[in-house]
Amino acid sequence: MLKNYFKIAIAVLRRRKFFTFISLFGISLTLTVLMVLTAFIEKVTNPVYPGDKNSRSLYIKRLTYTSKKGWINSGGSSFYFLTHYAGSLKTPVKMAIVSRNTSSNAYVNNKKIVIDIKYTNADLWNIANYQFIEGKSFTPDQINKADRVAVISERTRNEYFGDAVTVVGKYIEADNISYRITGVIKNVPEIEEVFYANMFLPYTVAKSDYRNKDFWGDYSAILLSPSEQMVTKMRTEYEQMVTRIPIPDNMKKDFDTLHSDADTYFETFTRGFFGNADNVGYVRFLLFMSLFVLLFMLLPTVNLVNVNITRIMERSSEIGVRKAFGASSKTLVYQFITENIILTILGGIIGVILTIVILQVINSSGLIPDLDLNINPLVLLYSLLACLFFGLLSGVYPAWRMSRLNVVTALKAQ
Amino acid sequence: MIRLQNIEKVYRTDTIETLALNSISLDIAKGEFLSIMGPSGCGKSTLLNIMGLLDTPSRGDIKISDQKTDHLTDKQLAQFRNQKLGFIFQSYHLINDLQVLDNVELPLLYRNTTAKERKMLATEALEKVGLSNRIKHFPTQLSGGQRQRVAIARAIVGRPEIILADEPTGNLDSAMGNEIMEILINLNRNEGTTIVMVTHDENMAHKTHRLVRLFDGSQVQ
Repeated sequence: MLKNYFKIAIAVLRRRKFFTFISLFGISLTLTVLMVLTAFIEKVTNPVYPGDKNSRSLYIKRLTYTSKKGWINSGGSSFYFLTHYAGSLKTPVKMAIVSRNTSSNAYVNNKKIVIDIKYTNADLWNIANYQFIEGKSFTPDQINKADRVAVISERTRNEYFGDAVTVVGKYIEADNISYRITGVIKNVPEIEEVFYANMFLPYTVAKSDYRNKDFWGDYSAILLSPSEQMVTKMRTEYEQMVTRIPIPDNMKKDFDTLHSDADTYFETFTRGFFGNADNVGYVRFLLFMSLFVLLFMLLPTVNLVNVNITRIMERSSEIGVRKAFGASSKTLVYQFITENIILTILGGIIGVILTIVILQVINSSGLIPDLDLNINPLVLLYSLLACLFFGLLSGVYPAWRMSRLNVVTALKAQ
Repeated sequence: MIRLQNIEKVYRTDTIETLALNSISLDIAKGEFLSIMGPSGCGKSTLLNIMGLLDTPSRGDIKISDQKTDHLTDKQLAQFRNQKLGFIFQSYHLINDLQVLDNVELPLLYRNTTAKERKMLATEALEKVGLSNRIKHFPTQLSGGQRQRVAIARAIVGRPEIILADEPTGNLDSAMGNEIMEILINLNRNEGTTIVMVTHDENMAHKTHRLVRLFDGSQVQ
């Protein structure tokens, strides 16, 4: 049966080449955009390098004050806030504290190099699995002594020192201060904000005083729980602790509530774009994405429905014959949907090929430095689902119309 | 085999009511070869379509193989047609996108038959109509007579008890028409298949067991 449907589907596709081209173009282009987008979102929301312990980690990024009058003020956390409060939690086994990136200019042979600097404590090297090309991270002892040591990225090494040079022990200058290099790591894409930097320095050498007792600051924390099962407990413990944090005196006048959340990596993304202090934004994100995908797929779907209906009218004799010889309406609906899914799968295959090409182009263009987008099984699965959804969406109505055709009318139509 | 009682067919539009068939009663015995004649528009094809359960009467009863058919669901009707009836149309109605063998296999697709069985039965049916050497051809590569023979093979492949032929020789020259008629006569004689044929051709009609004439929707002979 399927073989017969396949033969018919291919024959119908070959019969009207221009219609087929339009259909396949619409499907493959839509799927390509969706797959590239999925690959991008997947990379943004689930970084594999260096954040390989994401399933055990929670991220504290924002600190927000709100008032009953509706005022909201939001920013990063201070080093003091994170060590004093998040550092008092019992569940986490480690806590990395990292600053927001600050840009610094360095000059090599009169050429300007922009270096993004991140200040960190020693636990970053334990929580994130940075791959060291040479050397190693700076030690807790070096941090305590405020040694001017640095871990730099491969890109900065190449730009500053040239390719294929061993640089551990050498000095690199940023903002007119020299730092001794202890290690070089494999590049991290810029979109992985928490983990990305060209140069990592001990927090003790930061220009801003880490001992400042303001709650607001430039830092984020990554809490590591002993196991995946303990993540919820760690989150609850943090939430409860935050309710007990007194609002600083200088804020009391304008605000009455302090919010700080320990989110998963994905939630930091959804809260940042779709949520607020009270809402993680997960549902809004899903709604937004579903709506976007639906609207984006609507145009080619409507086009495909139209093309399909035209094709059905051309095939009314076939429908009549099939009905006369024993096909029920339901069987015909199955046949037509199957044919349509074959068409969309063909479009999907073209879409996957196009996606591979486009991802290669994006990766090699340097549009987003160090970004390595690829089609992984998850993206492929999404694409397959999108294909099936697409095929069903554009096939059901024409199939239903086709199956309702009266046999005698269908046979006369030839 | 087929019993029609007081069959009426009325076509209604907003303003006009047309009586296409007027109280037709007909008994067709098992193994009979019956032809229906009459001028264009007299209701021959409508009657054949009603016998073949492709259309429903406005009034009256149909019994095929002692089974009433008015209460059958879409699925049951489809199964009934598939098991009991075979159709031959004036303009062949072959699926041009499929090869001859696939066209002949079509009724078997809607039964529980394996691909191997289907191929065997379809080849056998094509042998009966003398076209076993054309199985890989597409309908558009065949002459009119050959196409009608493929249509006959498709009608008989499922071994139905009844074949309904709507002007099977209407599009063919007399030599080709005679060939097709021979095949149908042999089918009726050798296999005992009941055949009802609509035709315009007196010569063809006289080769059958019985002739029914219609005029303006009524049976006149």
